Amino acid sequence: MKYRLGIDVGGTNTDAVILDEKNTVMAKCKEATTTDVSSGIKKAVDRVLAESQIAPGDIVDAMLGTTHATNAIVERRGLSKVGVIRISGPSGYSIPPFIEWPEDILTALNYSYEIVKGGYEYNGALISGSDPVEIEKALEKIRAAGAEALAVSCVFSPVNSEQELQVQEIAGKMFGKDLPVTLSHEIGSIGLIERENAAILNAAIRRLAENAYSSFQNVLKDHGINADLFITQNDGTLMSIDYAKKYPVLTIASGPTNSLRGAAYLSGIKDAIVVDVGGTTTDVGVLNNGFPRESSSAVEMGGVRTNFRMPDLIAIGLGGGSLVDLQKSPVTVGPRSVGYRIHSEAKIFGGSTLTATDIAAAAGMVSLGDVSKTGDINKEKAREAVQVMKEMVEEVIDKMKISAGDVPVVVVGGGSILIPEVLAGASSVIKPDHFEVANAIGAAIAQVSGSIDGVFDVATKGREAVLDEVKTQAKAEAVKAGADEETVNVVELEEIPLAYLPSNAVRFRVKAVGDLKRA
Amino acid sequence: MQYLKEADLDYIAVGAAILGAGGGGDPYIGKLMAKQAIKKHGDVKLISADEVPDEGFIMPSAMMGAPAVMLEKLPNGAEPEFAFRSLEAYLQKKAYAVLSIEAGGLNSCIPIYTAACLGLPLVDADGMGRAFPELPMVTFSVAGVSATPMVVCDEKGNKMVLETVTNDWAETLARTATVAMGLSSMISIYCMDGKTVKKYAVRGTISLAREIGRRIIESNKAKINPIDSILEVTKGHRLFQGKIMDVQRDLTTGFVRGKLIIEGTEKDKGSVFELDFQNENLVGTKDGKAVAMTPDLITVLDKERGFPITTESLKYGQRTVVIGMPCDPFWRTEAGLKQVGPRYFKYDLDYTPIEELVKENA
Repeated sequence: MKYRLGIDVGGTNTDAVILDEKNTVMAKCKEATTTDVSSGIKKAVDRVLAESQIAPGDIVDAMLGTTHATNAIVERRGLSKVGVIRISGPSGYSIPPFIEWPEDILTALNYSYEIVKGGYEYNGALISGSDPVEIEKALEKIRAAGAEALAVSCVFSPVNSEQELQVQEIAGKMFGKDLPVTLSHEIGSIGLIERENAAILNAAIRRLAENAYSSFQNVLKDHGINADLFITQNDGTLMSIDYAKKYPVLTIASGPTNSLRGAAYLSGIKDAIVVDVGGTTTDVGVLNNGFPRESSSAVEMGGVRTNFRMPDLIAIGLGGGSLVDLQKSPVTVGPRSVGYRIHSEAKIFGGSTLTATDIAAAAGMVSLGDVSKTGDINKEKAREAVQVMKEMVEEVIDKMKISAGDVPVVVVGGGSILIPEVLAGASSVIKPDHFEVANAIGAAIAQVSGSIDGVFDVATKGREAVLDEVKTQAKAEAVKAGADEETVNVVELEEIPLAYLPSNAVRFRVKAVGDLKRA
Repeated sequence: MQYLKEADLDYIAVGAAILGAGGGGDPYIGKLMAKQAIKKHGDVKLISADEVPDEGFIMPSAMMGAPAVMLEKLPNGAEPEFAFRSLEAYLQKKAYAVLSIEAGGLNSCIPIYTAACLGLPLVDADGMGRAFPELPMVTFSVAGVSATPMVVCDEKGNKMVLETVTNDWAETLARTATVAMGLSSMISIYCMDGKTVKKYAVRGTISLAREIGRRIIESNKAKINPIDSILEVTKGHRLFQGKIMDVQRDLTTGFVRGKLIIEGTEKDKGSVFELDFQNENLVGTKDGKAVAMTPDLITVLDKERGFPITTESLKYGQRTVVIGMPCDPFWRTEAGLKQVGPRYFKYDLDYTPIEELVKENA
């Protein structure tokens, strides 16, 4: 028998699961996340191995989801010095790189940049050809300015990546491994500034991510696990660990995504609203065809505007540890929370703080801890608090829906007990088995994707022909990323006509996904 | 004397999106360009139309094409100056000041950039008081000002000076050139003397955009809902309040056109609002009865924060307040309505000013 190991490192907990070939859960656990990340992972792996009694050698794939790099960006910690080559001339000079970045991160990055000739039009035609000599000179300059990592951006590189690849090649010849290169087309979609920003952030966290992923590899090696290693990315699909070391920024929102994917798998429902209740917050997202609906607007990361695809989520301050104030009228729940200290501070666990979990226990929604400790709670007020929590969730569900009809709602996460069996706007409320480790399961079952984003002329080629072309390209990308060709399907297709042009220029965003190809 | 400072651009970008009436493109790129230029060249002098001498030569500056493409292919930055110098040489005249032809959306910020780079004053006025999709949809055109000689240029240094027999031809030829230039271009168009500006420009629209934006941003900082304050400064009306139930977009034509359906909440509970848009919001009806129509401005706002929601970002479930604002009186003339009234956009409606519709429906 062959097994998969799924691990999700969140802010509070590190969860692990082992699944068999049929995706049956063999073992699961929750451990506290540690500041060094790897000792938390080590503990979790110890536990699931012990619980399942599975030989480490039988684990053939290991998937990790971690938000480790996000904190580095937010805290401006351990970042590399970054230089940027933007290939855009003669366009692009009006707004140079690093525009509107916060001062403190600019200081941390010791930034430098050069704009060189090149770039493409929307249809892939050249804005101008690139000049290798100019590129060499630009690289020398940013290296002299102290750059330890290079980010390369190019106009419409999601349509044509050739010139970005050319800069990578030249930089490789000049500096080899001393100057790791991030190419913008590997990261983001249309929108030069946001994509370039994402590439810069990626360049800044590469060294740090490389260390984190290497220590994950070491933890597994120490346990005798000789599996293929993967990291889950923001869209819930997999990257090989070697690729993730190069493009860690693509993994920074994988936590909520893994929960959504886990919820889809555990419930068997592909189109639903997912409510993920943690200790402090509740994330509400939408599953479309088994994948998270992605946000279409710009996402700020540590004060920097980016455009990589993130799951479209609304987070509210409601969790198992949320503080409840019954004196207020109306009663309030959250946003402050005891967080991971719930096991000592909540009343039912012998503490003195009234939390949302205490209310759920007092209302008989769950049997947990010592309910007698909640005897002094006014029953009327407790019912009111239950109603407040219900309405908080109902409001978000309604905001996330894209049409008026009722939809199934899948509830996962450690704080799921707070959510009643019936919700307005929900055709049904499903709390699947293993709901508390949905995120680690989401990591373990993750698939492989490929995507295309570009502007196409539908007038000359015809819409159908363009549709065929973009679908085929997206599928080919998925196969290139390691998907089994037999299983690849298009899961997302967006068609956005460009305003103010009668020329039938349409932007297509397509994503194809398939199962990981087995050796 | 008034000056536009770097910080004003944050206000103008938000206010211009309100005046965009759902369209006009995201001012983001224009805002960044103008901020950069002001940082480099200094604040921009903002003069009222009255301050322009009758014989002063006024040159408008604008981008043309798909704002979405400009998010990827950023301008070189020299285009507006290039356009100005070409036209100046062609006409043997020197520009006295820069003018905006479109105060709504992205084109609110481009002339500020141009003025900063060239060290010229910017006239506090424009040719629409809002956003419209075509070149002849400016007050000047309706008043008989020729769009040409105009310049269309790109980031590579290509330029075309156009002289056309009508302003509709200017639209057709400049749009074709823009497509060939990669879907976006920079133009200078409707050059005219100060006397004409004073007669036909929609006045005070740059400072109006700034004031609207200032009110929205500052109210939000103070955790106050800005909508009443927006209505006060725009002489606008609260048309409807509710939740978006459906957004229908017709994607087959290549233009963004569609219909928005909002279900009333609070005092509008039980009512339904329909909003037709084609790039911009054009006709709003409440329970089947028109309550506002082009050329009056209709803008959808986020109910809580008062920020404008453009037609591309409308989504099911958004809590909104729809506001209507009176257009410039010039648009309400017979000639104005012929160019931008409901019938031009193929609605079988006679234009009725928003104030009258509000009274009728009260």
